[in-house]
Amino acid sequence: MPGLGETIRESQIWKSIFRHPMPVDRRNRIVVMLTNFFLHLHPVSIKKQGIALSYTWCMGGVTFFLFLVETVTGVLLMFYYRPTVEWAYADIQMLRDVHSLGILREIHRWGAHAMVITVWLHMYRVFLTGSYKPPREFNWVVGVLLLLLTLLLSFTGYLLPWDQLAVWAITVGSNMARAHPFLGHEGPGQQLLTVGGVDMITNASDARFALLGAREVGEETLNRFYILHCIAIPLGVALLLAIHFWRVRKDGGISGPL
Amino acid sequence: MTHGLTDAQFIDKVASFLWPYYIVLALMNGVAALYLWRTGQMKTWFSLPVPGSGKSVPISNVVAWVVAAVGFVLLAAFAGNSNVSWMPSMPLSWQEAINQASGPVMYSLGTTVGLIVLFIFRRFFVTPAIAWTIWNLMLLFLGLSMTDRDFFEIIAKPDNVPIVMLVLLLSFFTWLATYRAVINDDRMDRGEPPLEKLDNEKVLVWPDLVYTELICMIALTAFLIFWAIALPAPLEEPASSVKTPNPSKAPWYFLGLQEMLVYFDPWMAGIVLPVTVVIGLMAIPYLDFNREGNGYYTIKQRKFSYIVFQFGFLEMWITLIVLGTLLRGPNWNFFGPYEQWDAHKVEALANVNLSEWFWRDLLGKSLPTAPAGSNLPTQIGFIGLREWLGIALVLGYFIALPPIMALTVFRRYYQKMGFIRFMLMANLLLLMASLPIKMVLRWVVQLKYLIAIPEFFLNF
Repeated sequence: MPGLGETIRESQIWKSIFRHPMPVDRRNRIVVMLTNFFLHLHPVSIKKQGIALSYTWCMGGVTFFLFLVETVTGVLLMFYYRPTVEWAYADIQMLRDVHSLGILREIHRWGAHAMVITVWLHMYRVFLTGSYKPPREFNWVVGVLLLLLTLLLSFTGYLLPWDQLAVWAITVGSNMARAHPFLGHEGPGQQLLTVGGVDMITNASDARFALLGAREVGEETLNRFYILHCIAIPLGVALLLAIHFWRVRKDGGISGPL
Repeated sequence: MTHGLTDAQFIDKVASFLWPYYIVLALMNGVAALYLWRTGQMKTWFSLPVPGSGKSVPISNVVAWVVAAVGFVLLAAFAGNSNVSWMPSMPLSWQEAINQASGPVMYSLGTTVGLIVLFIFRRFFVTPAIAWTIWNLMLLFLGLSMTDRDFFEIIAKPDNVPIVMLVLLLSFFTWLATYRAVINDDRMDRGEPPLEKLDNEKVLVWPDLVYTELICMIALTAFLIFWAIALPAPLEEPASSVKTPNPSKAPWYFLGLQEMLVYFDPWMAGIVLPVTVVIGLMAIPYLDFNREGNGYYTIKQRKFSYIVFQFGFLEMWITLIVLGTLLRGPNWNFFGPYEQWDAHKVEALANVNLSEWFWRDLLGKSLPTAPAGSNLPTQIGFIGLREWLGIALVLGYFIALPPIMALTVFRRYYQKMGFIRFMLMANLLLLMASLPIKMVLRWVVQLKYLIAIPEFFLNF
C-alpha cells in the first residue's frame, strides 16, 4: 500500500502541476528551478558569497517581500475603506475599533515605513559594494526610479486616513509644488507664461492643482491619491520590478569581485 | 500621548516598556558572550589582581559582556520595580547640559565632526569590542532618556518609531560595511583578494538560497505582526482645514527637504534640490569612471565616490531627517531632546539679504527702487542693479567655478571624464555643497538670501 503522500504525488493532478519528482537529488534540484514559475527568476546555481547575508544584507529581497505584504494587506483594506471625505475617517476608525482584522492597517502602515527604510538600505549596500558599476549601470537607474515610486506610494497612502496628521502632512508636502519654477503659481518664472496679459499659471492651473485636483487638499485630492496609491503607482512598480529582476540576471547575476 | 497622566502614571507607563527593553539588551549581551565563548573567540584583555592572594583574574571579552548583561538585568529590575524613585534615568544635570549645548549649529557641526572622526579612525571604531560598546551605549542612552517626558513624547510618537529603527539599522550596517571594507583594504594591500573572492564555489539555489529566503520571509512576517500588535497605528482627530497643527510636518522621509526650507525657498528645497538628488543618483554609474571596487566592500580603492556619497546620504539626508523630525518643534524652532515643545518660544530672526547688506550697511544708501508705475524692463533693470552682487556671486559659483575645478584639483578627473560628464559632476557637487554653504553663511553672518527677488519669487 503506498502512503497518502505518495498517492498524492503520483496522482495526475499533482503531476500536471509539478512536472518533476521532489527536489531531493541534484538533478531534480536543478529541474525545480527551471520548471517552477515562482522560482525561475533565480539562477540554478550561484556563488556562495553571492548569498552570504553579510554581503547582501538581504535588503532587496526584504523590500520585495514587503511590497507583496503591502499588496495583499492593501487589497484587503480596500474592502473596508471608502475614499470619500464623508467616509474615509470613519472607515479607518471602524478598522481600529470594530473589525476583527483591523490589525491589517497596522501591518500595512508599519510595512510601508519599513519598506522605505529597506529600500534605502538596499541602495546603501549596492553603493558600498560598487555594484552599480558596469555592466549594472542601467539597473541602478531602474532602482532609483523604484526608490522614487516607493516614496510616492508611501506619500499618497499617507493621506488616506483623512485625519489631521494625514491632511496637514500632504498639505505641507504638496505646497512645494506651488513654488515649481514656471509651473507653480508662486514659483519663479511663472510671470513669463502669460497670453495677452492673462496669467496661464494660477492657483487653479499650476503643478499643485494638477497634484491635488483642487486648490486645497479636499475630496478631489483624496480620490486622486487613492487611485494613484492603489492602481497607478503599483502598476508602475510592478513593471519596473520585472525589469529590475530581469536585468539582475541579464547583467550577470548578483555582483561580486571579477 | 501622555497628556493627563500624572508623573507617577507616566513612569508606570514607561516602566512597562523599559523593563522588557533592558531584558532584551541583557539577552543580547548574553548571547554575544555565549557566541564568543562557543566559537573560541575569547580574548583576555587584562588581568585583574586579587588583593592579598597574589593571584589575578583574567578579564576577557566574554566576562565583559556577561557583566554588561548582568548590569542590564539590574536595570530591568530597577525599572520594573513599583518604586518610582528607583527608575534608572539620565541625571537631570546631564539633560540640562545636553539641552543647553544643542542647537542647529551644534547639531550640524557635531554630526559632521562625528562622522569625520568615525571615518578617519575607522580602523579603531570597527573593532568588534569597540563597536559593541558603542552599540550598548547607544541603546543605554535611549533607555535612560525614555523616562523624560519630552523625550518620550517625540521618540514614542508612532510615526517616529521607524526613525529610531532607521538610525539603529544604519549604525549597524554602516559598521558591517566598514568592518568588511577595512579587512578588504588590508588584504588587498598585502596583494590578497578581497573576502568576497574566497567563497567562489558554486552552490545550488535550491536549497541554499530558497530556504534562506523562506526563513527571511517567516522572520519578517513575525516581526511585522509583533510590531502591529505592540504599536497601534496613529489616528488623530478628523481632518479640519481650519485647525492648523503647529508644527505641520511632512511624512518623516521628506523632513530633510522640509528642514532645507530654513535655508532655501520652496522652489529650491522642494523642487530643484530633490530633482537634482534624483538625477544625481541616476548619474552616479555614468560619472564614476573608477572601475575598481566592483562587487566587494572597499573604501581605499574608491575614496572620492565613497566620501561624496556618505556626505550626501548620512550627512545631508539622514541627519537632516533626524533633525527635522525629532528636534524641530512649533514654528520650526529647534528644541533640545529633553526640552518641552513650547509654542511661545521666541527666537530672534535678524537675517539680512546680501543686497540689503551691500547697499544699506556698506554704502549707507537705500536700496535702488524703480520709480512707481515704471514698465517691466525698467523694473527688471533696477532689480538687477539692486541684486548685482548676489547674481554675480551665484553665477560665478555655478559657471566660473567648474572650469577652475577642472584646471586645478580635478585636473585628472577632467581628463578622464571629458567636458560634458565633468560639467555635470561639477554642477551636481556644487548644488550639493550649496546647502552647507548657505547653512554656514546663515550661522556666521545671518545671511538670508544671496539673491532676493521676491517680486518674481526668485530668492536664492
